[in-house]
Amino acid sequence: MRQLLLFASIIFVGLLFLSRLFYLQIYTSNEYDLFDDNAIRKVYDYPKRGFIYDRNGKLLVANQPSYDVMVIPREVEPLDTLEFCSLLKIDKEQFIKTYNKARRYSPRLASVFLSHLSKEDYAALQEKMRKFKGFYIQKRSLRHYQRNIGANVLGDIGEVNTSDLKRDLYYRMGDLKGKQGVEASYEKILRGVKGIKFIQKDRFNRNIGPYKEGKFDTIPEQGKDITITIDSKLQEYGELLMQNKRGGVIAIEPSSGEILAMVAAPTYDPNILVGRERSKNFTKLFNDSAKPLFNRSLQGVYEPGSPFKLMNALIGLQEGVITPNETVTCYAGYKYGNRFMKCHCYIGKRNNMVSGIQESCNAYFATTYRKILDKDGNASTGIDTWSKHAKSFGLGDFLNNDLFVGQKGRIPNRAYYKHIYPKTFYSTYTISNAIGQGEVATTPIQLANMVAAIANRGYYYTPHIIKSIENKTLPENFTKAKYTTIDKVHFEPVIEGMLQVYKKGTAASLQVKDIEICGKTGTVQNSTIIDSVKTDLTDHSIFVAFAPKNDPKIAIAVFVENGYWGSRFAGKIASLMIEKHIKGEITRKDLEEWILKHSLEDEYAKPYSGKPFKINKQTRLQLINDSEYKRLKRRLKKIQNP
Amino acid sequence: MVRETNKYFKFDWTTIILFFLLVGFGWLNILSASHTGGDIDYFDLSHSYGKQLVFIFLTFVLIILLLGIDAKFYERFSSIIYLVSMLSLVGLFIFGKNVNGATSWYAIGGMTLQPSEFAKTATALAVAKHISDLNTNINSFKDQIQTFIIIIIPAILVLLQNDTGSTIVYGAFFFVLYREGLPKYYLSIGISVIILSVLALKFGALTASIIGSILILGYHFKNRKKFSLFQALFALLLSIGLSFGVKFFYQNVIPPHQQDRISLWLRLEKDPVKLQQMKKTFAYNLNESEKAISSGGFTGKGFMEGTRTTGKFVPEQHTDYIFSTVGEEWGFLGCSFVVILFILLLLRILHLAELQKSQFSRVYGYGVASIIFIHFLINIGMVMGLIPTIGIPLPLFSYGGSGLWAFTILIFIFIKLDSNRINEW
Repeated sequence: MRQLLLFASIIFVGLLFLSRLFYLQIYTSNEYDLFDDNAIRKVYDYPKRGFIYDRNGKLLVANQPSYDVMVIPREVEPLDTLEFCSLLKIDKEQFIKTYNKARRYSPRLASVFLSHLSKEDYAALQEKMRKFKGFYIQKRSLRHYQRNIGANVLGDIGEVNTSDLKRDLYYRMGDLKGKQGVEASYEKILRGVKGIKFIQKDRFNRNIGPYKEGKFDTIPEQGKDITITIDSKLQEYGELLMQNKRGGVIAIEPSSGEILAMVAAPTYDPNILVGRERSKNFTKLFNDSAKPLFNRSLQGVYEPGSPFKLMNALIGLQEGVITPNETVTCYAGYKYGNRFMKCHCYIGKRNNMVSGIQESCNAYFATTYRKILDKDGNASTGIDTWSKHAKSFGLGDFLNNDLFVGQKGRIPNRAYYKHIYPKTFYSTYTISNAIGQGEVATTPIQLANMVAAIANRGYYYTPHIIKSIENKTLPENFTKAKYTTIDKVHFEPVIEGMLQVYKKGTAASLQVKDIEICGKTGTVQNSTIIDSVKTDLTDHSIFVAFAPKNDPKIAIAVFVENGYWGSRFAGKIASLMIEKHIKGEITRKDLEEWILKHSLEDEYAKPYSGKPFKINKQTRLQLINDSEYKRLKRRLKKIQNP
Repeated sequence: MVRETNKYFKFDWTTIILFFLLVGFGWLNILSASHTGGDIDYFDLSHSYGKQLVFIFLTFVLIILLLGIDAKFYERFSSIIYLVSMLSLVGLFIFGKNVNGATSWYAIGGMTLQPSEFAKTATALAVAKHISDLNTNINSFKDQIQTFIIIIIPAILVLLQNDTGSTIVYGAFFFVLYREGLPKYYLSIGISVIILSVLALKFGALTASIIGSILILGYHFKNRKKFSLFQALFALLLSIGLSFGVKFFYQNVIPPHQQDRISLWLRLEKDPVKLQQMKKTFAYNLNESEKAISSGGFTGKGFMEGTRTTGKFVPEQHTDYIFSTVGEEWGFLGCSFVVILFILLLLRILHLAELQKSQFSRVYGYGVASIIFIHFLINIGMVMGLIPTIGIPLPLFSYGGSGLWAFTILIFIFIKLDSNRINEW
């Protein structure tokens, strides 16, 4: 048996090797991926990011060069640190810290030493760069927002994060990507496709040559320019009007669904999210209690208030439960059961549909709402019908558009109320819906879209921000009309009512010469929770309108948080925006002056003050100080003659 | 007279074919590992692959010479061959050229020659001659010592030249001696010493002593007659001594760079920073070679397509680490092919050795198989991270003229001896 020792050893070692090979090459080995192979250097060639133009061809977003100082620690030779630091405007401590960090990362590979040099610093540094061995300057491309407007519309670009990397294999660490707004929703079109070169390297990280003669290399595909529907002048004007206020303004062109202006206030200069200060500024914006990053025109879900009465009027007519001429008597309110809903009308006022809208009569719409729900004697089916009509205007759901953020809002139906009213359900239970409060909630863009559908007498185009992309047609979703469930004939009395709102109703003071504006005011109660106590705040000021009556060019919704009644802030802003859009200049200078001068900042500070405060009638309007006024005036002048 | 008519068929063609398959496949991998881009000029002597091709062609001349010499020559002149070989090793101390810390080369013109490669063959011949001598009885202590001396002389000479790898190869003769009747306790003691040493290093001297004691006493109580209490106690003392001695030896005698290799192999180092340090320094080759093999997957990246091979990520890849090229470019399939070729070659030689009628041929054949086996075990084991880093080439595969010729001589002397066995009565 002595012969067996070597024999057995050979067999044993053979099997051991085969199993080790199995372990190394099959069990622990991943599918070979060129991108994971660290013997192959991947060099990316980034294409130019597409420009963004406004509807009139005005350049909004372009690119600007930026200069990063790079360092390869191993190649650094003793240098005059004092001079170097003063050129870079850093102190010696920071120099040592950054240098050590780069060295720890890799002595052989280049690290960013200082990013985003200004052009001036670059010019000064470039001449002396040869003195500093191991350092060099690398050019990068950054976004440049030509005008300081539309931060919420345009968005910004930033470095991809780990979840982006997981979601989309296109991106590599350090790539830039649209984070918000148009930059995000049209990311793929704007960015183009980066090119890639695979380079074989050796163990000292030196390039030896192209991998497989460049067989897998690709050339970059340029990013495409896009034109958006925003009218930058109108946008800028809207942002100016909303200074020192909070809320949202959305203006839509009813005949196309194109968004003319989308203002969210407060806003910020989009250029602060570019370059070296980006992360610092982003944190600041993120932590700001006024929430400038929150796009109120798209994400702000508010009770719509009185403008929603238009919806109830249309549903009432469509369902045949009221006629335009039928009157309802108002008792300075509406009594249902043993409860009472107050109204501004004098006791005994008889309102038909037009005057009901014109005076925003609560009793009229409470009656109408109950009639709709009780049509078949069953409020449960009634509210479902009501809900279906309202939803056909794009309310209560995402609009399915090309905006990066959005909210569903809420149009309740019977199912929604199931948990509150499991068994009995009467129309009076939800009577607040009659006047656009209660469970109804909408975003400014939904409300603007509803008004656009009214202006079109029964249909709308999904509101969208894209006007054109180089050599591409827009998706059908944006070019095909969507019909509401309300017949065309029923719109006329409602529109007449809206016209009267301007002629002699709640917005009579806001008339603009030569433009027939149809509008509707809204004043919405709201509250917040302070130290776990529900506290009422000054009402929101809401206004919707479209103009001109017979050939609508603009439909608009304005929300001003805590602005009190509808025509006080929102109505004025809406009128000004309409005039600006249609005439191109302002005749109602008085309105403009008033809006610019008044601020609501005091109002917004109240809940944070920690002191008891008064609301609505008991408040005083705040005027802005002189320097702020001068600043706004200067901006106004710039808009008028750029 | 049959032998005369079938002059060429008396050689064992299986071995010869396996030999050339390994040499041929080896060269392809050397080509890939040493190619630096551009067109391939097969006889470009500035590249390793070009030189190796020349070496391979010269091998044919060598083979014809070896097979042409009368079989009896090798047995008769074995002592002289051994003597000359030992002198060539001694000569290194005077004329040797230092490469990578080992003084193992003679530089003749532009060529270098490594006598330690040939010394293995010479020792195999000498051992075969000595054991097959009618006066030698392997069971006698005196003859054991004599045989050991034959083996230890070259082992010590190469160790003095800092060539630890080649020293270990002489351990291969244990298989030969054991086959020829070395008492069994050598095997038991040998295996016990290895296991105890590893246990002592890995789990501490105390654990090793306890395990050793339990096994020894257990064996004693089972076989009281064969293994007396006195013997058992003696063994016990030895094993405890060994357990503690190994630790001392490891810490105080072994040079630090070899300590590190052992500590990495036994996973003794727990400090992640130090481990990282190791991976960047002496374990760099191992780390890179494992990565290269692993990246090959099942089918490999293809001939001349290995990115890590092209990028020269594994240092010494065409010599000691040639197997990592196979791993990366030919994958699991290619590696298995090479491993199986070696096993077939080894088993074939072993089989032929057992068939030999003369004890000289048999012992020599065993020596051939054992030497190749140890190289195979250590080289591939090292490249795949199974055993500590020990620098020895993969026979027939690695780049190097001395190595290739030495193994050619080793194997073809045996083929010649084997072809002659019919006359051996």
